[in-house]
Amino acid sequence: MPENATVVHPYIPNSVPDTKAQMLRELGAEGTDEFYADVPAHLRIQEPLDLPPPLLAESDLKRHVRGLLRKNRTAEDSLCFLGAGCYLHHVPAVCDEVNQRGEFLTAYAGEPYDDHGRFQALFEYASMMGELLNMDVVNVPTYDGFQAAATALRMAGRITGRSQVLLARTTYPDKLSKIHDYLKPDIEIHLLGYDPTTGQLDLNELRGALSAATAAVYFENPSYLGLVEGQGTEIAALAHAAGALCVVAAEPLSLGVLTPPADYGADIVCGDIQPLGIHMNYGGGHGGFIATRDEEAYVMQYPSRLFGIAPTVVPGEYGFGDVAYERTSFAEREEGIEWVGTASALWGITAAVYLALMGPQGMAEIGESIMARTRYAMLRLGALPGVHTPLFQSAHFQEFVINFDGTGRTVAEINRALLERGIFGGKDLSSEFPELGQSALYCVSEVHTQEDIDHLVAAMQEVTR
Amino acid sequence: MSPRDILQERIEQGRPRLRRFQQAKWDEPVLFELSQPGQRGILVPEVEPGIRTAVGDVLATLPEGMRRQLPPTLPELAQPQVVRHFFRLSQETLGADLNIDVGQGTCTMKHSPKINEHFARMPEVTELHPLQDESTVQGILEILYRFEEMLKAISGMDRFSLQPGAGSAAIYANAAIIRAYHQARGQLAQRDEIITTIFSHPSDAACPKTAGFKVITLYPDDDGYPDLEALKAAVSERTAGLMIANPEDTGIFNPQIDAFVRVVHQAGGLCAYDQANANGILGITRAREAGFDLCHFNLHKTFSSPHGCGGPAVGALGATAELAPFLPVPLVGFDGERYFLAYDLPQSIGKIGPWYGVAPVVLRAYAWVMSLGAAGLREVAEVAVLNNNYLLKKVLEIPGASAPYARGKRRIEQVRYSLEALCEEAGVHSEQIGIRTADFGVHYWTSHHPYIVPEPVTLEPTESYSKDDLDEYAAILAHVAQEARENPEVVRTAPHNSTVHKIDPLPLDDPEQWAITWRAWRRKMQEAGGGRETQ
Repeated sequence: MPENATVVHPYIPNSVPDTKAQMLRELGAEGTDEFYADVPAHLRIQEPLDLPPPLLAESDLKRHVRGLLRKNRTAEDSLCFLGAGCYLHHVPAVCDEVNQRGEFLTAYAGEPYDDHGRFQALFEYASMMGELLNMDVVNVPTYDGFQAAATALRMAGRITGRSQVLLARTTYPDKLSKIHDYLKPDIEIHLLGYDPTTGQLDLNELRGALSAATAAVYFENPSYLGLVEGQGTEIAALAHAAGALCVVAAEPLSLGVLTPPADYGADIVCGDIQPLGIHMNYGGGHGGFIATRDEEAYVMQYPSRLFGIAPTVVPGEYGFGDVAYERTSFAEREEGIEWVGTASALWGITAAVYLALMGPQGMAEIGESIMARTRYAMLRLGALPGVHTPLFQSAHFQEFVINFDGTGRTVAEINRALLERGIFGGKDLSSEFPELGQSALYCVSEVHTQEDIDHLVAAMQEVTR
Repeated sequence: MSPRDILQERIEQGRPRLRRFQQAKWDEPVLFELSQPGQRGILVPEVEPGIRTAVGDVLATLPEGMRRQLPPTLPELAQPQVVRHFFRLSQETLGADLNIDVGQGTCTMKHSPKINEHFARMPEVTELHPLQDESTVQGILEILYRFEEMLKAISGMDRFSLQPGAGSAAIYANAAIIRAYHQARGQLAQRDEIITTIFSHPSDAACPKTAGFKVITLYPDDDGYPDLEALKAAVSERTAGLMIANPEDTGIFNPQIDAFVRVVHQAGGLCAYDQANANGILGITRAREAGFDLCHFNLHKTFSSPHGCGGPAVGALGATAELAPFLPVPLVGFDGERYFLAYDLPQSIGKIGPWYGVAPVVLRAYAWVMSLGAAGLREVAEVAVLNNNYLLKKVLEIPGASAPYARGKRRIEQVRYSLEALCEEAGVHSEQIGIRTADFGVHYWTSHHPYIVPEPVTLEPTESYSKDDLDEYAAILAHVAQEARENPEVVRTAPHNSTVHKIDPLPLDDPEQWAITWRAWRRKMQEAGGGRETQ
């Protein structure tokens, strides 16, 4: 193309010069510059933006982007045992098929009359999550499990009118960073220790820390370190006796086999839906859920949109709409509850598809399968000399800590050696939990076959020898 | 009989007739109603005998009370029924791919190029774990890095974090940075006020409030411009910062924006620029020249990543060098040979969300900028603004429609119109007119609350729409306006061609009746005595 030739952009229909000229004529404008009369000269940039030269043809763009992406090595092409908040599971093809539908993909904020299907799909998402969690209220997803936990704790503060929360020390450290930031204005955080043998929450510390200031006791189940917290009933009872709420972050994919937190007394349950049919996406596949009982005092403290079912003027026709919209910042700006905005709705629809495909049987089977594979990996790896796992004497779901102190090698060294063998080893915990020495967090899911785990064991034996 | 020229039948008075739209209507049951015991939508790989033998009954290892007793009452469906159900629901959703989507003002509805969807769905993006060794993710890190470089050029800012999960998350992060900045200087106790304007997004008020600030909202002057005198009266030693959009949601550009920034700086506050409305000023004017300390862009709006029914998204947060140390961690660095994640920001506000931002969204935005370049981005802005002023002229030709403020002046990328005169004359409300436009296959959005502009409607025709598209949208509005005057009942009882008919909103605000899940609804119906057996 000759220099300075006019480019007609495929994405910009009115970039055709004649069209532009005709529209300008109709507006009585000399040029588009007239539309910027309010932008003073000293605020205008004089030079073109310093951007790379464009790749105007789609084929050129494709070659370029593919070239960049090819530098990545995927978890599919390797053997990945990383978890720590982002999980490798099989994503059913139907999930991808539905979330790439242009109608859902490119919809946004239409009214129920434009977007009935979007409202119904997200109502169904909330409804299926409600069954999984045994709770009656579930939000349209927020950004991620971090935000869900942070908001759940501020909800607890508002509901109780109290200003302190007690968090298990085993809380996912990155999430804890988010919670620290988010609770800063009005809630103080106190961390509770764990039993060094079992990894379970220290109930004596909890008893000592509970007071009339305590808004909530928060723990994750399974915990960040992979173990199933078995004292949920006691923790909730202690919290309730002190007038505090029990807030639990749950792993939704575990709930085919694990008791839903509501059943042992949780008042607010939160977590992340990424495991429900959403690819890892380099950490870009998250969505946060918050669930409670259907009590006005709770519902009115949600910042999120809540979609409800409602009749229409036609008998037998389902309608959907926003529940208690006036509580939101869309309606009330700073007088609303926290804020609401774009978050991760398409992942909510994706999770709905996943739960619809899995059904009760699929959720029970996948939960059992993950537990079995996790246990198998712990048994086989734990039999290697110097490799100590499980570090905690508790039931585990999907993740477990391996301590390598007995091998004389650091996690970093081991992971480097594993990588040379095509294996992504577990997350290095040595800076997050220094008291655990050279330890790593390994993750196993339904996609790891016996052969995969045996392969890891053989490689681990080599690299720790 | 002579052959009928169907083409001629589609023309009325020399123009194409309004389309006879009918939204898909499947009368689709709620998923739970479709459940058939025993059906399976997908199977889970069986546990191999070798594992089974080694581990035994794993569920027996669970602590007492931690083994689920009753299975979740999820629906049981075979795969074809799941596909069919969700495809039907998708058909009942009016995505931007389907309509002349100029009616969702402030949302920058534009074409999301399909090639970028191909990129976003490649395993080299979808199958990456965020904790993989950096040597295995050099491609995606390079894209994050290069995209940050692009945003630096577009805004003039010095560093960007791509971590916030959407625009409001970035606004919140900006408020948290302002808080951390004043805290670091020992002034947080004193500086507890954030100033915004009523025509900035509600989150510019709600997010700083959530971060612990008091919020002062400025109202425009008589001509609709943010009021500099009001700002001068509002700033004090309590001012922590200004959070403001420009152009505001009226499509009016504040020509004194740099004076606003100076006034706040002189008072000791910081200035954060909400660039949700950047589409009309790409390559024209930047945050840097106006003096801002912080800014954010919505990659799912201006940068073409699809809106996804409301996310996933990215609010890209830009900072000057002075404020960069406060950004969320990690940032992406490049040492000349390799790309890496940089955590060395001692004053960082920490984590706003997990990881490094929604990689597929950043990738789409990167590809979009690469497909346009500097001249293309400027073309985006100029055509978006041309389209907006063209539609403005068409809408103002509709009796009863007006564009309050800045009378006789051009607008940037959108306009907040008022249908007050029409509504008074016809006895209908803007909301009702909006619902009626759904019968013609387009969106129509009034405005955020409160309705400062009476009977508002906010239209933003981005660069994606052709002149014919704009003519069609304006013709729909003109037609509905005429209906409102001549046959208001058809407007009041709308929609008529939509998936559903008018919804009874009362149950949605009544704690006794609202139902946010199917189980709650079935329970409430049973308690009310009217329901049938729970499925």
